[in-house]
Amino acid sequence: MKSKIIVPSGILFGLFLGWYAFPFALYKNNEQPMQFSHQCAECHAAPLGESESEKLLVETYITPNKEIPWLVYSRQPDNAFFSHAPHVTLGEMKCENCHGGHGTSEALRTYQENRISGYSRDIWGASISGISSNTWEGMKMDRCVRCHGDNGRRDGCVACHK
Amino acid sequence: METTTENKSLKKYKYGMVIDLDKCNGCGVCSIACAVENNVPPAQAKANKRNGISLLNMHTVSNNEQFPKNESAFIPIFCQQCEQETPCMTVCPQNAVDIDPTTGIVGQVPQRCLGCRYCMTACPYHARYFNWWDPEWTEGMKQQLNPDVAPRMRGVVEKCNFCHGRLHAAKQKAAANGSREIDTADYIPACVESCPNKAITFGDLNDEPTEAAQLSKNKDTFRFLSRLGTEPKVYYHSEKKWVHEMAEKSLTRSLQEEIHG
Ligand code: HEC
Ligand code: HEC
Repeated sequence: MKSKIIVPSGILFGLFLGWYAFPFALYKNNEQPMQFSHQCAECHAAPLGESESEKLLVETYITPNKEIPWLVYSRQPDNAFFSHAPHVTLGEMKCENCHGGHGTSEALRTYQENRISGYSRDIWGASISGISSNTWEGMKMDRCVRCHGDNGRRDGCVACHK
Repeated sequence: METTTENKSLKKYKYGMVIDLDKCNGCGVCSIACAVENNVPPAQAKANKRNGISLLNMHTVSNNEQFPKNESAFIPIFCQQCEQETPCMTVCPQNAVDIDPTTGIVGQVPQRCLGCRYCMTACPYHARYFNWWDPEWTEGMKQQLNPDVAPRMRGVVEKCNFCHGRLHAAKQKAAANGSREIDTADYIPACVESCPNKAITFGDLNDEPTEAAQLSKNKDTFRFLSRLGTEPKVYYHSEKKWVHEMAEKSLTRSLQEEIHG
């Protein structure tokens, strides 16, 4: 009698661990060095020195002439070679195809760093199952290779690796 | 999909080079330029000729004659970019080595390599090197690392890939200008560029008008161990007969054995 209850609760506990606890533990939440809205009009209309971020930008980065340490959501490993030029200029691809609605976002998302690999969650994609119909969700190697295949390209490894 | 395949089918290149051994004086600048370009770290104190890394290795050979008939030649040896039955690619259990179908360049992804070193055993030219140590750079050297070439870690094999990072840069430049064909002047490997005697000619061997394609068909041009049938894309040129003979020298084996292992 007892075992009938134990088995499903074990599965439920396993599912909870795999689907909720593991991703929760896997990613570390990092905030961007400052906030920023991609809706340019709003940004330029704001008077100088009013917002907190604008003050931070001038005082911490522009005046001391320092680069802003942005956390790049789409950063690939060092050994991967990616260039925007063939995709945007030759392939005529839209920014949204890979970056989603980033261009119209009002605030910067929290950057989720994978504790094991050190890369952004955007590389694997938000969905832990890896299944998503959005073209911008996840950019693992199989995504790159699949689209290249669909476009009739046959690449050697060094086409994208350095 | 068929139509896109047609549209996007790229021009096929076959990059190769011809090294004029009569011009080479063994100065070794190519070897240094190669190491700098490809982020090869300074040798460890324990490293020796067998376990160090020299993607471009300079060999000295002599005709073994007495003075005044003695002569010697310097031979830069690096990955010979075998076109057929590429031995390293055939044996790799990891699929970490492949021939790029558009350039003919034998590429390797060190991050995919498990370090078994089968490819090193298979390579007839001993042109592959194993990383016995993690790379170590001094602070100043770190600033000079080439961002177009990923550094390798301990436990993987590496080799020359005709400075593929330079091809990436050339392609990127062309693409930004809306072109799929690179300007040949933008893609010249480091060894070719650095040679003070201009002994190395690099180019597309499929393209008849290039100097490299013409030179590769010259009667004094040969390839090392050509009887193995691997069709290397690195050619050597010399007008000296003894150099040609030396290029085919190894333990005596039957032709059958040479081709079929
Ligand atoms: C949605 C489709 C798509 C995705 C996803 C994609 N690519 Fe591409 N890529 C293309 C197309 C199309 C071209 C060819 C452009 C042309 O020549 O018209 C291309 C060309 C390239 C080239 C130039 C190759 C050459 O030899 O000229 C590189 C490098 C490249 N892609 C790398 C990548 C990497 C790395 C990724 C993954 C992070 C990736 N691509 C993802 C469509 C895609
Ligand atoms: C169209 C581009 C493309 C091609 C072609 C390609 N790769 Fe990749 N590869 C990538 C990208 C982008 C990544 C990084 C994202 C990821 O981890 O999936 C990657 C990651 C990898 C990794 C993991 C590296 C790490 O640091 O975790 C290995 C190993 C690898 N590739 C091997 C290969 C091999 C072997 C080939 C040839 C058979 C190849 N790749 C061909 C784009 C490509």
